[in-house]
Amino acid sequence: MTGKTLYDKIWDAHLVQQDADGTGLLYIDRHLVHEVTSPQAFEGLRMAGRQVRAPEKTIAVPDHNVPTTEGRDKVIENEDSRIQVEALDKNAREFGINYYPVSDIRQGIVHIVGPEQGWTLPGMTVVCGDSHTATHGAFGALAHGIGTSEVEHVLATQTLIQSKSKNMKVEITGKLAPGVTAKDITLSVIGKTGTAGGTGYVIEYCGEAIRALSMEGRMTVCNMAIEGGARAGLIAPDETTFEYVKGRPHAPKGAQWEAAMEWWKTLYSDDDAHWDKVVTIRGEDIAPVVTWGTSPEDVLPITDVVPDPAAFKGGKVEAAKRALDYMGLKAGTPLKEIKIDTVFIGSCTNGRIEDLRAAAAILKGKKIKDGMRAMVVPGSGLVRAQAEEEGLADIFKEAGFEWRLAGCSMCLAMNPDQLAPGERCAATSNRNFEGRQGKGGRTHLMSPAMAAAAAITGHLTDVREMM
Amino acid sequence: MDKFESFSGIAAPMPLVNIDTDMIIPKQFLKTIKRSGLGVNLFAEMRYLDDGSENPDFVLNNPAYRNAEIIVAGDNFGCGSSREHAPWAIKDFGIKCVISTSFADIFFNNCFKNGILPITLPEEQVEVLMRDAEKGANARLDIDLENQTVTTSEGESFHFEVDPFRKHCLLEGLDDIGLTMEKAAAIDSFESQAAQARPWV
Repeated sequence: MTGKTLYDKIWDAHLVQQDADGTGLLYIDRHLVHEVTSPQAFEGLRMAGRQVRAPEKTIAVPDHNVPTTEGRDKVIENEDSRIQVEALDKNAREFGINYYPVSDIRQGIVHIVGPEQGWTLPGMTVVCGDSHTATHGAFGALAHGIGTSEVEHVLATQTLIQSKSKNMKVEITGKLAPGVTAKDITLSVIGKTGTAGGTGYVIEYCGEAIRALSMEGRMTVCNMAIEGGARAGLIAPDETTFEYVKGRPHAPKGAQWEAAMEWWKTLYSDDDAHWDKVVTIRGEDIAPVVTWGTSPEDVLPITDVVPDPAAFKGGKVEAAKRALDYMGLKAGTPLKEIKIDTVFIGSCTNGRIEDLRAAAAILKGKKIKDGMRAMVVPGSGLVRAQAEEEGLADIFKEAGFEWRLAGCSMCLAMNPDQLAPGERCAATSNRNFEGRQGKGGRTHLMSPAMAAAAAITGHLTDVREMM
Repeated sequence: MDKFESFSGIAAPMPLVNIDTDMIIPKQFLKTIKRSGLGVNLFAEMRYLDDGSENPDFVLNNPAYRNAEIIVAGDNFGCGSSREHAPWAIKDFGIKCVISTSFADIFFNNCFKNGILPITLPEEQVEVLMRDAEKGANARLDIDLENQTVTTSEGESFHFEVDPFRKHCLLEGLDDIGLTMEKAAAIDSFESQAAQARPWV
């Protein structure tokens, strides 16, 4: 008998029932909820006279469409947004689920709040009506996004009807060079495998370079598993994980901590486990990267040039032409010569304290380029408070950045933070799709340090030249 | 979901073919946080005039059909987008059954998820039902899902086909969630075992 992968182990530990056709009923340990994809699900419960089966395992926080400016706890100007936030408020209270309103310092992006509060623990199943739920895989939890009907299903039954994915291993060997971060790893993987490379799989990231990452870095890597097409991304828990989790408000304590540790230490892929697909990248080969197009797979090292669409194959030729047209770029232009108008640092990909530290380290004592619009949106109220305590907020403000309140902000532009048509942005978020950050807006994805460097020079910049 | 029970109801005739989901519920009503309350917007573009008043020519504004529970429709009902707002609006208005010669696939599926019975019958039988529906409020159709029959006010009965599993779900008032809830014992048992094995969760 072959061994099991980490995914196999978590799956088996949560399988309530399996039908003859292989369809499984999976128990859900944590259900995270936000204001945009949940109203109809709660409404569905009400219409059917159902309750939330496990309100103590359900955590709600508004993040997608909340403004990131002061006064939002008094009034949200946009009516549709306000109604959705008010609905979440009401639903959370009525169904008795854990809730962090905008007035609570613990409010923030759902994928930052969950780990921060110790809701996310190794070996758990975690779902949320949001594709970036993959973030929680950094703890060795099986975590993925679901639709509104499934949100209702989980609220009512604490289970999900699922068929099992295949196992894919992504190994990052060796050490990262200076200036190269978790964001460069995850973008480089997508650049290599493509946005459909993980379709049908759950990815486990492993290797020396992954082991060396902090929990913040691991969350950045797993966050974008979905951009690679995978249902989920996982990293086996280790001392770094346990150290991060210990003492968090909802982490186990005392004897329960010991019992948890005993199980958590079994959560790794066996040496003889079967992998359906394996991708290996040398950590030393990863450079600071940026995206040039309108798909997260459009990734190149900052030292490269805008590619010629003719160099691609099949349907990608037309896609690349369309992308260059949308992005207003010419093939052959050095990436470092692309001028930008705006810098956005934040999101569930890069809105954690380590991300703010990395950006502040570049910005310290410097000013952003004249005319540049730059904003930092901490991932949670607690990240914001910590950054203020560490003096990072002052560095950002003195450099010329706006210092915002926590939320999804310009990552998806469902709130007032948006790009204007043609406006070009260096962003630490996760999607560079057409219109993602605002109609006609142009997005280049990169790490927080790279975004900070671009804010200073006014164009895409190799951060290594500023270190 | 409520159990689908046999009933006798007023049928509104809508002989128009290709009634699409934009007609059933226009896009401006999709910005809602609710599935409920959409009945007032059902067929809004046809049902209301520009000034917001009721269009007296629209069938559901005719006093005879205001309480209709059945629609007898032209071919290809529910074509267009996948919006589940369409069956939500139909259900909220009080319609429990739609009869046509054919339905768009997604709409057809969405009906079952919302406790609505879509019945497909041959053209000549739909013709008979349409004429019966045109008689007004006194001509009620009998819908019997258990026996899979539609009976006119004249007593003429037609047999219809329905997928046995879907029939079971409608009769028992089951949706995906309802089906999983049938496994409540298994979930309970799993939950108590898990609470022993992983009490910190």
